[in-house]
Amino acid sequence: MNNWLLVCVLLITMGFAYQFGLARSKSVAAGGPGRMHSRPGYYGLLVALWCGVPALAVFMLWSAFEPNIIRASVMEYLPAEVVSADGSQLNVALRRIENIASGFGVSDQPAEYELRAAERMSAVQQTGRLSMYGLMAVLGVAGLVLTLRRITPNLRARNQVESVVKALLVACSAIAVFTTVGIVLSMIGEATKFFSFVSPLDFFFGTVWNPRFSTVGTGDQGQFGLIPLLWGTIMVSIVAMLIAVPVGLMTAIYMAEYAPGWLRSMAKPVIEVLAGIPTIVYGFFALVTVGPFFHGLGQMIGIDIRATSALTAGVVMGIMIIPFVSSLSDDIITQVPKAMRDGSLGLGATKSETIRNVVLPAALPGIVGAFLLAASRAIGETMIVVLAAGNSPVLHANPFEAVSTVTVTIVNQLTGDTDFASPQSLVAFALGLTLFVITLGLNVVALYIVRKYREQYE
Amino acid sequence: MENNLQRSLAAAEGTVGVSAAAKIKMTARDARVFYGEKEALHGVNLDIRENEVLAFIGPSGCGKSTFLRCLNRMNDTIDGCRVTGKIELDGEDIYDRSLDVVLLRARVGMVFQKPNPFPKSIYDNIAYGPKLHGLASTRAELDEVVERSLIRAGLWDEVKDRLDQPGTGLSGGQQQRLCIARAVAVSPEVILMDEPCSALDPIATAKVEQLITELAENFTIVIVTHNMQQAARVSNRTAFFHLGDLVEVDDTTHIFTSPKDKRTEDYITGRFG
Ligand SMILES: Nc1ncnc2c1ncn2[C@@H]1O[C@H](COP(=O)(O)OP(=O)(O)OP(=O)(O)O)[C@@H](O)[C@H]1O
Ligand SMILES: [Mg+2]
Repeated sequence: MNNWLLVCVLLITMGFAYQFGLARSKSVAAGGPGRMHSRPGYYGLLVALWCGVPALAVFMLWSAFEPNIIRASVMEYLPAEVVSADGSQLNVALRRIENIASGFGVSDQPAEYELRAAERMSAVQQTGRLSMYGLMAVLGVAGLVLTLRRITPNLRARNQVESVVKALLVACSAIAVFTTVGIVLSMIGEATKFFSFVSPLDFFFGTVWNPRFSTVGTGDQGQFGLIPLLWGTIMVSIVAMLIAVPVGLMTAIYMAEYAPGWLRSMAKPVIEVLAGIPTIVYGFFALVTVGPFFHGLGQMIGIDIRATSALTAGVVMGIMIIPFVSSLSDDIITQVPKAMRDGSLGLGATKSETIRNVVLPAALPGIVGAFLLAASRAIGETMIVVLAAGNSPVLHANPFEAVSTVTVTIVNQLTGDTDFASPQSLVAFALGLTLFVITLGLNVVALYIVRKYREQYE
Repeated sequence: MENNLQRSLAAAEGTVGVSAAAKIKMTARDARVFYGEKEALHGVNLDIRENEVLAFIGPSGCGKSTFLRCLNRMNDTIDGCRVTGKIELDGEDIYDRSLDVVLLRARVGMVFQKPNPFPKSIYDNIAYGPKLHGLASTRAELDEVVERSLIRAGLWDEVKDRLDQPGTGLSGGQQQRLCIARAVAVSPEVILMDEPCSALDPIATAKVEQLITELAENFTIVIVTHNMQQAARVSNRTAFFHLGDLVEVDDTTHIFTSPKDKRTEDYITGRFG
């Protein structure tokens, strides 16, 4: 029986269980003394849950452990030299056996031991599945019967269903949290491996980035200095913020204070579309249009501007994060109470005086928070800089020259033919971790500021 | 339109209550206010005398705040709000195109129901208006304006040692007096107050009321209040509004002792509202 079919059967059974519970609670209510604690639906739900959930748990546990159990069961049939062979060879052997067992077959003539192992494997599989079905059926029926018998006016079905719902929600949020924690832990693990090759001091304070190519085993590993990359990231982000902050802020002020309702309701979504354009599109827009434009401009006024430079990448990235700045600041400006504006207008201030002297100062913490969020977005941005920043990890202060950033370098170190045990690729994890810590820090500070500001007016 | 105006002018004779002796500061003739399509104020005719304290009373939603906001055009800041009719300040139509609303609001100041100090220092709160209108050219002059306004608002002794602290850190009553000082600082001719004591405790209220009486020597004051004792205590004349109409305006003692209109009598004796 196919797994999907199994789940469907289970769900249908739960549907019936629900009906039984419903009917049972009604008959209890009709016959017994006193009022039922919960409405009939809750008893139905409770019966359905007790009938289905334990069975489902068994199914999931079995699915998780089945491969291991089966593999363990055929080990004794394998010749000693295969068992003692290294991981990948053993895997190949097991895979062949699995293929034979499932009737899929192998290309060459299977060996004698393989056939026997395969036979054993399908037998184990068979019994395993059958006993799982049996167990599921027993659990389902037991849950059904026991819960049906528990239905009395005093059974607090509503509260019990409530706790099941809560458990479900907790489980779902736990998935997100554990994924994050898992990612961070694995990054830390890999980064630690990297630091066993290169000292953290050389990494964090090194001013030369020159990782060479994969040179496992030789003493020469190249230089892994973070500073040029970090500086590139900072330079591109600064250019981006120089574009996004004034434009975004003024857009926000216009939208929040001046724009008539109909324009606001039309323009806001359009601006937000800017944030929805895939970054790769921005990337080749930078590469094909903006870069050559700056290059030409530079020639006209006699400055040497490279087509792919910190300037190009920064400007395009700035355009990309305008909506972050504008829509967050807009929300924050709109939140400044009307009483504050009225107070100023009532004293004979003009609208722009009011905005400059009262609204913006009042909204400032929140707006700074918006800037920080936009900055963390800029720092983590990859695609635009990969295409438009020129990829030259050299430490210099000229925004018209090519630079490389932390994100670009991560891409470079992980793409192509790499050995994942070499410092050349492991450095990507150290870089990723650094980036993560920086953006996390910015986000935490930004959220703290925004929250603090919100409290002010509640 | 013309006819309408004429008719309501004729009808106004009774309610306007002009006394020959007092100088008229502001007049309203057939003032109507629309929120969208809905007419919230149905043609108000009223004269406001110089240096008087005029109280607006009436049940909630009858249009007191709405009319008050007409007097310094704060209704302009509300989307979909439209004002018709004629409102004059010293004989000048304040809804005239050539009139600068910013200057109007400097002449007709406003204090709001909830104290709304700016999130700035006490000093900057007071100095805000004078700076905008260039009322002080040097720091010393500005200091003087600030001090004088705070003294007038009876707040100076309480805050003189902490002028650089945020105005939002004061108590509610102090904040409201700060807002009054802020309004006074631009030397307006008329001060509009919309329920200035509704967020204050009795002691702070008493202080503000005393302040209003003192300010009346120099300013014309229009105050909205739900508290009839307050109206009786502070005002020279009282206007009673009901469902968007100005029902009756007269000397405060008359209104509270011998109202002409049945509705006024019902309201002040607490039969509705
Ligand atoms: N911004 C607005 N938009 C639409 N209608 C409004 C607005 N402000 C007031 N109104 C309506 O105008 C009428 C008069 O309101 P106003 O605020 O002037 O009453 P009020 O006498 O000040 O009442 P209160 O004593 O409760 O403050 C009410 O019916 C109210 O619903
Ligand atoms: Mg009101």
